[in-house]
Amino acid sequence: MTTRLEKMARPESLLINMGPSHPAMHGTIRVMLELDGERILNSEVEVGYLHRGFEKTCEHRTYFNLLPYTDRLNYVSPLINNVGYVMTIEKLIGLAVPERAQIIRVLMSELSRISDHLTCLAAMAMESGAFTVFLYKMKAREYIWDVIEATTGARMTTSYIRIGGVRADLHPDYQAAVGKAIVETRKVLKDVHGLLDKNKIFLNRTRDIAVMTPENAISYGWTGPCLRSTGIAYDVRKAHPYLIYDRLSFEIPIGERGDNYDRYMVRMKEMDQSLRIVEQCLELLKRLPSPVLAGGLEPAEAVRRSRSQRPEEPVRLSPNLEGSEKAVYPGILAADPRYVVPPKEDAYTSIEGLISHFKFFMKGHGIRPPKGEVYFSVEGGNGELGFYIVSDGTDRPYRLHLRAPCFHVVAALEELIRGHMIADVIPTFGSMNMIGGELDR
Amino acid sequence: MEEKKILETLKEKFPNGVLETTALLGDETALVRRDDLLEIVDYLRKKPFAFNLLLDMTCVDFPGRHDRFEVVYHVFSLALNRRLRLKLCVPEDEPVDSLIRFWKNADWLEREAFDMFGVPFRGHPNLTRLFMYDGFEGHPLRKDYPLRKRQPRIALRSPE
Repeated sequence: MTTRLEKMARPESLLINMGPSHPAMHGTIRVMLELDGERILNSEVEVGYLHRGFEKTCEHRTYFNLLPYTDRLNYVSPLINNVGYVMTIEKLIGLAVPERAQIIRVLMSELSRISDHLTCLAAMAMESGAFTVFLYKMKAREYIWDVIEATTGARMTTSYIRIGGVRADLHPDYQAAVGKAIVETRKVLKDVHGLLDKNKIFLNRTRDIAVMTPENAISYGWTGPCLRSTGIAYDVRKAHPYLIYDRLSFEIPIGERGDNYDRYMVRMKEMDQSLRIVEQCLELLKRLPSPVLAGGLEPAEAVRRSRSQRPEEPVRLSPNLEGSEKAVYPGILAADPRYVVPPKEDAYTSIEGLISHFKFFMKGHGIRPPKGEVYFSVEGGNGELGFYIVSDGTDRPYRLHLRAPCFHVVAALEELIRGHMIADVIPTFGSMNMIGGELDR
Repeated sequence: MEEKKILETLKEKFPNGVLETTALLGDETALVRRDDLLEIVDYLRKKPFAFNLLLDMTCVDFPGRHDRFEVVYHVFSLALNRRLRLKLCVPEDEPVDSLIRFWKNADWLEREAFDMFGVPFRGHPNLTRLFMYDGFEGHPLRKDYPLRKRQPRIALRSPE
């Protein structure tokens, strides 16, 4: 079957495929270009190469089980996806989250946002020839991912945020590690500002290229840094504050012209603001009491002793469960046993704990939100990341739909590159931060 | 604008077009008649509401109901900082009016809904599959599409 572009193209113009396996097409996307020399007359964007049937799969998984799938949406900021999904469920069931968990969620979201922006701009800079910037930014991202790795146990597929709170408390040296990440990121941002802001080559490829007007951006449903680059200060964190964002002070950087350069600049400035939020979170966490953990019985020993009598001493958990001891549970997870995995100590040593553990994971039991439908959104790396969930009262969603922010951004690509050169596709596409996992779902 | 005013005004303005309004969990929802969709959207986009952003559009499949599909729109007003959910019920194979004249992102959103559910949109200039390929059989997000269904192989496209 011929595509729309093939039907429309003029006979004398040249049709060229960019992608789906082009190195600059982050993930896989196909852009068909109709060219006159190097000028783009028309184009057609074909998406779907990374379609995994996320929504269909989710309909067949329990609310708890499907959490890891949300990591794989925007895989550079998986924690924000976790937060978005989990908070949608919490809105549906009306679950309150402890303050410490809320602060941790904000902290992790902002670190993810920084890593998201760093990755986007690193790729954008590299594709326009600034390889140094790429390396610098990857270095900064490493420090951030060290924190994420030490906290969640994984670098990318975190599954750290849980319904009712977070999986585990922050690791003991988090203050130093996050502090180090902040210092290093600031340094890198300063270097990158110096390398790119007034760089003639970078400016030529970004300034006044692919200009988006505010009206057009709204018509395309743009949100996030791309919308803000056109001068509209819409940020979900300010417009519909969730978690503790209303208690934090930060600004929404906006652009003026809505071109590639503004999209770059807004992201750079947003990272500064995110670092501010991270610092405030560290301060807030310092003020909260952290539970004292004592060593205890080996799990096998605790199980053996509990056959006759429930042991009084605390149980030492496996290193894999570090941070989710019973003593830290009140700080990181809601107290409602219907929605939260019982502490391992209870599951090991008491019949009630074991029953609630089984009830939580058994088919048809688990988390069963009431019938209804809900939409909730958080500010993702690319914009408003919304989940629409229809529940029929069972333990798995009847319908789960993701509002992917970059879906709407990439939909405008055809219009943005019309009339520009082939080489302009690269920075334009880079500044959009298309994430295949999120776009194609 | 007061909390309940949007839905109330909408109901007053379109007594026949708006079938039902709810505000469960703070999500304001209006169930609208399929024939009045364009008129209602046009009204909502104007001042004082100015719902100028189409946040999202999706479908929900309820096999067994007379109106099998529920098309769900989420619109957002930057001026009021309010979201609104519009829903309409559609029987199988009946068309829905395309919103492409109001919002440009309706293009891809409607293509996605057509791809995943097979809901046709009247007035869409290029209603083809978005995520799936040509030659894909069925609509994967319908409830009667099995999770592990295999697709037939498609012929290799030969260069012309």
